Amino acid sequence: MRTINVNEITKNVKEMCIEANYYLSPDMNKAMKCAALEEESPLGKQILDQLGQNLKIAAEDMIPICQDTGMAVIFLEVGQEVHLEGGLLEDAVNEGVREGYVEGYLRKSVVNDPIIRENTKDNAPAVIHMKLVAGDKVKIKVAPKGFGSENMSRVFMLKPAQGIDGVKEAVLTAVLDAGPNACPPMVVGVGIGGTFEKCALMAKEALTREVGTHSQIPYVKELEEELLSKINGLGIGPGGLGGTMTALAVSINTYPTHIAGLPVGVNICCHVNRHVIREI
Amino acid sequence: MEKHITAPITKEIAKSLHAGDYVYITGTLYTARDAAHKRMYEILQEGKELPVDITNQLIYYMGPSPAREGRPIGSAGPTTASRMDKYAPQLLDLGLGGMIGKGKRSKEVLDAIVRNNSVYLAAVGGAGALLSKCITMSEIVAYDDLGTEAIRKLTVENFPVIVVADCQGNNLYETAIKEYAK
Repeated sequence: MRTINVNEITKNVKEMCIEANYYLSPDMNKAMKCAALEEESPLGKQILDQLGQNLKIAAEDMIPICQDTGMAVIFLEVGQEVHLEGGLLEDAVNEGVREGYVEGYLRKSVVNDPIIRENTKDNAPAVIHMKLVAGDKVKIKVAPKGFGSENMSRVFMLKPAQGIDGVKEAVLTAVLDAGPNACPPMVVGVGIGGTFEKCALMAKEALTREVGTHSQIPYVKELEEELLSKINGLGIGPGGLGGTMTALAVSINTYPTHIAGLPVGVNICCHVNRHVIREI
Repeated sequence: MEKHITAPITKEIAKSLHAGDYVYITGTLYTARDAAHKRMYEILQEGKELPVDITNQLIYYMGPSPAREGRPIGSAGPTTASRMDKYAPQLLDLGLGGMIGKGKRSKEVLDAIVRNNSVYLAAVGGAGALLSKCITMSEIVAYDDLGTEAIRKLTVENFPVIVVADCQGNNLYETAIKEYAK
């Protein structure tokens, strides 16, 4: 048994919220640079160059990459051999979000109730997904999610007979509908299988995968590559103003499902695909 | 085509802008997004006056991140314009000069742009740090309690935008995508 004080979780979550909003992760940075080189449209290239400058200014002058600093989505993998002391884990995570957003000059974008809509003024609460795993560590993934792209995300409850072609059509439909609204070049997270909520959660977690890496399952890897190529053939381009770089990556997670179903979740993220991962 | 304009914009300026033009704006912009639009809509329903005179003004759909000490504003990029589609036609009919945002607009908005010789401009989404450098002053002029969603008066210098929908009925989002679709 290893004892961890939840203050340690708060401190890390706080730092990770700030880090995610000022510095794009190395994988995303690399993908953005490659896209700027490969883009065929002159206006698209100009936009990608602006986004490159934007990243530089954000880091040097400490201005958030995007004003929508997101709703904090946090994945926790807690080792079964960890004993947490000092308070509730969920409270500790939310406290980290509060401190990060207030002290880090990040925008407070969370309202207390979806209908009454009063701003909570500290960006809490976060959306927290917890999983118990083997070991004595706590793995934290902080992925603040902007809503320009979140609003364009979809769940499709396909019929098994629609098969892989149905999945491709669903993903391409979601991306085409998203178009300029999702701030392309985007990253597309896909969850196939499970249930209604499981496919959405898998799609969300797929966005935290290192861009440029693929699924271990051969047909899924092929599907990721094929969909990326098809998405970039849609013509949407950077800023939705035409071009060949519509998406930087397609990441797909799968899970067993029911004999009667083929759920597909498509979670779209803008080019500010923020994810910071730490293990305590 | 690259153009430099001043804001607020006259109808003549709006008419001279064509979808695809790359435009640098210097002058005044007003910010308003979801909550401010809802309030303006409700005020108009009650027959009262808007908190700012929108005649010939450009509304920038934007809610900034907090400013650090000594700076006019924080990160300040555009938000998705379609959420304001419900409110925009009425404002355009009341004399609004144009709008800056990102993303698709409804047919009702596009028709109102043509009808009023207005314009819809896109700023690059997710370039909030870069765009903040073109904002030299920011002052809350209405709805202070809305925080980031308050109406702000901004002074901008060479603020870069692209004309998406012009008063001739052109829509760059529709034409540009066709050019690169494979």
